[in-house]
Amino acid sequence: MRFLPVLIVLLAAARPAAALDRAAVERLAFGESDEKIAAIGALVAEGDPRAAALLQALGDGEMQTAGERVLLVRGDEAVDALTGEKVSSLPPAREDVIANNRLRAAISAAVAALKLVSPDRATRFAAARELSGGADPAMLPLVKRALEKEADPAIRPLLEQIAASVELKTGARETRLAAVRTLGQSSSPGARTTLLALLARGQDGAFAEPDPEVRLAAERSLRAVEARLAWGERLGLAFAGVSLGSILLLAALGLAITYGLMGVINMAHGELIMVGAYTTYVVQNLFRAYAPGAFDWYLAAAVPAAFVVAALVGMALERGVIRWLYGRPLETLLATWGISLILIQAVRTLFGAQNVQVENPAFMSGGIQALANVVLPWNRIVIIAFAAVVLAAMWLTLTRTRLGLFVRGVTQNRAMAACVGVPTPRVDMLAFGLGSGIAGLAGCALSQIGNVGPDLGQGYIVDSFMVVVFGGVGQLAGTVYAALVLGFANKLLESWSGAVIAKIAVLVFIIVFIQRRPQGLFALRGRAVEA
Amino acid sequence: MERRALLKTLALAASAAATGLGSPTLFAQQKTVKVGVLHSLSGTMAISETVLKDVVLMAVDEINANGGVMGYKVEAVVVDPASNWPLFAEKARQLLTQEKVAVVFGCWTSVSRKSVLPVFEELNGLLFYPVQYEGEEISKNVFYTGAAPNQQAIPAVEYLMSKEGGGAQRWVLLGTDYVYPRTTNKILRAFLKSKGVAEADIMEEYTPFGHTDYQTIIAKIKKFAAEGKKTAVVSTINGDSNVPFYKELGNQGLKATDVPVVAFSVGEEELRGVDTKPLVGHLAAWNYFMSLKNPENDAWKKKWAEYTKAKKLPYAGKPLTNDPMEAAYVGVYMWKQAAEKAKSFDVDKVRVATYGQSFKAPDGFTIKMDEKNHHLHKPVFIGEVKADGQFNVVWKTPGPIKAQPWSPFIAGNEKKKDEPALMAAKQ
Repeated sequence: MRFLPVLIVLLAAARPAAALDRAAVERLAFGESDEKIAAIGALVAEGDPRAAALLQALGDGEMQTAGERVLLVRGDEAVDALTGEKVSSLPPAREDVIANNRLRAAISAAVAALKLVSPDRATRFAAARELSGGADPAMLPLVKRALEKEADPAIRPLLEQIAASVELKTGARETRLAAVRTLGQSSSPGARTTLLALLARGQDGAFAEPDPEVRLAAERSLRAVEARLAWGERLGLAFAGVSLGSILLLAALGLAITYGLMGVINMAHGELIMVGAYTTYVVQNLFRAYAPGAFDWYLAAAVPAAFVVAALVGMALERGVIRWLYGRPLETLLATWGISLILIQAVRTLFGAQNVQVENPAFMSGGIQALANVVLPWNRIVIIAFAAVVLAAMWLTLTRTRLGLFVRGVTQNRAMAACVGVPTPRVDMLAFGLGSGIAGLAGCALSQIGNVGPDLGQGYIVDSFMVVVFGGVGQLAGTVYAALVLGFANKLLESWSGAVIAKIAVLVFIIVFIQRRPQGLFALRGRAVEA
Repeated sequence: MERRALLKTLALAASAAATGLGSPTLFAQQKTVKVGVLHSLSGTMAISETVLKDVVLMAVDEINANGGVMGYKVEAVVVDPASNWPLFAEKARQLLTQEKVAVVFGCWTSVSRKSVLPVFEELNGLLFYPVQYEGEEISKNVFYTGAAPNQQAIPAVEYLMSKEGGGAQRWVLLGTDYVYPRTTNKILRAFLKSKGVAEADIMEEYTPFGHTDYQTIIAKIKKFAAEGKKTAVVSTINGDSNVPFYKELGNQGLKATDVPVVAFSVGEEELRGVDTKPLVGHLAAWNYFMSLKNPENDAWKKKWAEYTKAKKLPYAGKPLTNDPMEAAYVGVYMWKQAAEKAKSFDVDKVRVATYGQSFKAPDGFTIKMDEKNHHLHKPVFIGEVKADGQFNVVWKTPGPIKAQPWSPFIAGNEKKKDEPALMAAKQ
């Protein structure tokens, strides 16, 4: 209903005008909300291309008033809203013209309605999308006019749907019936909203739609739309599961080497993740200070840097502390826990106790509209791909390189490997460095979606151990499956029971599972088990 | 912690000495009065609470530069309870028994306040609590300088229901899982029902502290919003979870014109690390915004900018002010005025003297401490997020309104008196 005044004025005053209507611009700048909305209609009616720019400026918060004058201010430059002339000196006392949500919705609808007949395909497509959320009866003639000319297979159905949703409210019985059927073809949440409104009962118990036959058709269409929307929901859920799984996998992969293969209960694993995240933060700041133009590419430098720094910290740990404790799991656990506290305090002293800000590069903001009701955010897609790449690289290192061969050899039988000339201390150091470096990579990825603070690692240490133990200690494939299973299980439970219960349920599940099957999903076979 | 406190004290002493250089007679006898600052400087709440510590220190510096309180130099004792609720109680006890502070400025989350409350009541301490909260409490040992539900939550929901606010009819109540969001949502649920909103049109969701993955929740909100009628989200998410929440909201393209999100614990400071361009139009309800235009606010913002620069605080490059900072600052001055009126630092005398104190606050009004109920009379503002992370005020009350700590929307509250009672004894 909020567009009604806009379009009544729009249709009544459909005549070309030479300049912007002074009264309308002034009402837009100085009036109350209702007056402003009427003014938007008046301006659109003039059909002046400058009106669209003016409205857009108001929507973007660039309109200001100085006494009687109305200005469009962008940065330090300003133009007069009426004449379009450049203003040489900005008056000091200016007031913002505030557009609230209601006004912005009216503006975007008005601008979109104007753009439906734009020669540019992308503009038309965006405009049709904008209006598919809900159109007003008075828009029908504009939509119909656009529909006559429109040939694009992507835009036409959208327009048909917009027209249908309008005709549903106003048209004759036959038109309504046809409109309901058209809406049945749609897969947008907007169509569902419209159909649901049709089937709703008013306060007196009467249906919004009086005709039972139309209601029946609407119910059928609603079921069709909901079936299609359900696929979108399933896709969204699956994506969320994969996304969480990829994060768990990244966090646990390093531990799969240090704990899984080497048997070191490394409580400082989470802090190695944190070191990676802080390295990313430092690289980001270096880029901002020295190469602001290449800021969007800072991650390309942050990834290797995070790996190297975390690997060095890990190797120092192994050489300095852990190698004296091989074969004494309890002492290792206590020592690495102490180290984790030292690392946390060190970071607090260096960077402060507060979270630091790691900004996403521009290309990681926003998402792809996969289906009408599913948006897949870029930052999560990038992290899933990154997890896959890290996994592949790690698998290749372990199976195709000499270091990998040595690591596997030492894992399976340390004494025999040493006998045949494998330098086991060196291999231990490098393997620990590799695991730590991968934790650093995880930190780099996590900095893109979560908060970076000294306590970052503590949130992931439990999850990491959970994944490795659940998957089966010493099994890379087990870690991958476990991460995905836990990711899915968590998201599935979350959608049923909420985040708090889901977290508890997953932990209970792991406890029960480990009780029944202590070796995890995949058990190591052979001599290594006894070693 | 001791060392940190010591460093802070040293720094403070040094700065006091520096300001005192011009007038050597100042604090000649070095009479000092200690005040405690109890805010999380690490952990999940540090994002919100660290600035409160700094703004209290700024007020203390300012008071000292102007001659202190009745000639006493104010000495701030800063402790870090690290977002750890039981540690709040320990630190509060330490402040009251070892440091013997005259007053404590501190706490953000209600769970931390509930944790220190028995300590303050047992030891007869005095706490100035600067954050909006759920009400349901009037302790004689606490002055609440933040908003009660009728000074924030209820007006915000009324606005979203109005034609101007979009006429929302369906509601998602989303919060962090602890006492403040749970109680606020209980009040809001009762309020919405009294306005004729059906049970099926309200969805309530909670996440743990420090939650980072908001994918499913936003998908749920989208689905709920598509079930017909205009939907609005009321967010009582607290702490650093807000950053991933708003990032996900922006990335998933949930626009304010479709589903507005109004937040009660998100201000300028929490949005610092977020790209606010996709968030334009989402709302926050507070009793102060940095973008308010009045001489007090301009002066205050300038002071804060200068202070952050002088102290080389991490936010010196982009000094922001927000509502709890204003409430914390007002709290320090209320205590100073009350102590001067009582001519004593004795808790019982200061408490009585605090009643009815007023202060010309940066929100542009002279706000008053209620004569009875320990809460401030505050104006309410509703703001929409702008592309630069500031807020456009789209609605406000004509003047300060009185707090109702006992919300009339919770059954049994009509019998409770609008003045302090011992809280800990009853719980």
